[in-house]
Order: sequence, then structure tokens, then C-alpha cells
Amino acid sequence: MIVAQRKRIPELVEILKGNKRILVLGCGTCVAVCLAGGEREVSIISSALRIASNVQELDFEIGELTIERQCDNVFIEEAAETIEKYDVILSLGCGAGVQAVAERYAEKPVYPGLNTAFIGILEERGLWAEKCAACGSCVLHQYGGICPITRCAKHMLNGPCGGSREDRCEVRPDLSCAWQLIYKRLKGIGQLDRLRKIEQPKNWRMNLDGGCRVIVREDHRI
Amino acid sequence: MMRANPFEPKIVAFCCHYCAYAAADLAGSMRLQYPTNIRIIRTPCTGKLEVEYFMRAFEYGADGVLVAGCEEGSCHFIEGNLMAKRRVNYARELLSESGLERKRLRMVNISAAMGTVFAETVKDMIETVRKLGPNPVRSDHVNVKQEIHR
Repeated sequence: MIVAQRKRIPELVEILKGNKRILVLGCGTCVAVCLAGGEREVSIISSALRIASNVQELDFEIGELTIERQCDNVFIEEAAETIEKYDVILSLGCGAGVQAVAERYAEKPVYPGLNTAFIGILEERGLWAEKCAACGSCVLHQYGGICPITRCAKHMLNGPCGGSREDRCEVRPDLSCAWQLIYKRLKGIGQLDRLRKIEQPKNWRMNLDGGCRVIVREDHRI
Repeated sequence: MMRANPFEPKIVAFCCHYCAYAAADLAGSMRLQYPTNIRIIRTPCTGKLEVEYFMRAFEYGADGVLVAGCEEGSCHFIEGNLMAKRRVNYARELLSESGLERKRLRMVNISAAMGTVFAETVKDMIETVRKLGPNPVRSDHVNVKQEIHR
């Protein structure tokens, strides 16, 4: 899922200053699961903004709404009636959600309430970790399902670098060495011979090269 | 000569049924006096409390919020009071970002036998909030609008 973190209230106040009717729009998908932009967080951030507005006499009028998914027009449509009533939207969706809502409402400012951080998983209660860099050409089969691009601090495809100490990364000692994990995993599944293969330089054109990436599925187009 | 009304803080106290609420009850049975500024809300456990509860209390004009749970290690639900402690810390951070003093929200750990401590804690909390002055949020200016679609 996409993992995000809330912006601090002073930053939000700075973004919203000068506006009156503000809709705090939550998203019930990824950011709800990572406890950043779901219904509960909409309520908490709205509360904090109302308090800040009162303390600083900003005269905010804040409404709260959470839709199922902000990155999908079908769900944005459902909220159209409410959205029309407000001057600006503070979206608690990820970056894609903010832009999807903004594209739908050409004349309404849509501001981000979160900092979208990464694609990751919940590792422990209250702890999320990045697992995928969305590089565009997956190599996980080669490394026993552990991504060296995301999890190795040096993004090494032909590792290890040799700097790890007691299976900790030399760049970030709080992290396990990804290559140690890859070795253990490949050994466990009996595929250590995969490491004999020298991986060729990665084609980074599948990543953020020449603007945003687009996928077209002709079989699904109308 | 007319004197302006002195500020009397309004404190909302979320008290755990298994400890602080019983301590408040005991304080009453012991005929201990403590100021009447406090409004007690009984909760099944402080672990039931969410950050929203504290924020809403301040939004609606509470000058201070007291969260009273069991002593650490004695929670009836194992670790509810420890969860509450983390949530209170998070809410204090949010309040401070929003422009309210952290001290307006406090968590204490009181056992059911500590009637005297309860009365003292309440007095101390009221004095702390009295020094801070009234909550600048004027509840009549707060307009909570929960939009519903479908």
C-alpha cells in the first residue's frame, strides 16, 4: 500500500490561510490503513485545525468527509454535491488522490494534507517500512523476493558491498543488510546459484524518465 | 463595587471504571473536598479513549482534560493504560501544534484505593489550568460539520 504521514498543523495553517470554507477530504483506502488519512484522521486533523483557527482567529469553517478512494473518479463523483459547497479542499489522500480530485475540479484549489512517503507494508503495530521503489521492471525473482533496489542503501544489484557488520547495513546500522537477507532467503529456498549470475545494469528508463509513466491496456479501452 | 468573575476552569476527567472512578467515589465516601470544576466521564478503560475525544473536548471549550487510569502494570485489560499514555502524548503534541498548551491535557495513574491522591490530583490540575487561563477556543465559534454522502 501507499504509506503517508500527516503534515504538521502549522504547515497546514500556512497552506490554508486566507480561505474560509474548507473541506477536509479523507480517503478510505491506503492512507486509512496506514493511519494517516482515513475517517478518524480526518476528524482529528479537522479538530486541530478548528482549534488553530480559533486561537489564531483565522475564521475557518471546516467540513469533514471521507470517500472510499480518492484516486478513482467514480468515488470522487459521489462526493460532488458536498465538494461544491466548499471553497477549497484539503485532501488527506496520497499524491495521486490529491491530483485526481484536482483534475476533477478545475476551478477549486486542492491542497495536500499529507506527505506521501513510499510503497510499503505494516511491519509491526505502528511501524511501516518501504518495500517497493516502483522502478518499473521488477527483479524480485532474482533475489528471493527481497528487493535490493529498495532495501539496500546502495541499491546494489550485484552485492553485497562488503561493508556490512554483523548483518547490519553500514550506511544505516538500524537496518538489516539487504544482501544478507537475500543470501539467507536464497539459501533457504535452494536457489543460491542465482547469485552466480551477474546482473546487467538496470534499465532505468522504466523509472521516472521523461515524465510520468503511463500504462495503456488496449483490451480494456472503450 | 462589582468584581469581574474570577476564572473557574472547566476540567473534563476521563476516569477508568476500575481505578480512578472508584478512587473518586472513595474520595466522596471519605468526605474529602475537592473543587467542583471537574466533570467526570466514566470509561471502561483508558485504553478506550481516542485522540479525537481529547481534541473534541478542547474544541467544545474544556479548559483542561484529565485522563486517570490504573497504575502501570495494573490495567484490568493488561495494557489499556499504556495505550492511553501514548495517545495522550500524541494529542499533547497535536494541541501544541494547534496553539494550545500541552499542560492542559494530563494523564495520571491512580489506584482504586487512592481517594486522597485523587482529590489532590484534581486540585493540582485545576491550579495548573487556572494559571494557564481560559481555553482560547470559544466553543460558540466552533462549527463541526460532519458531511455525509450516500
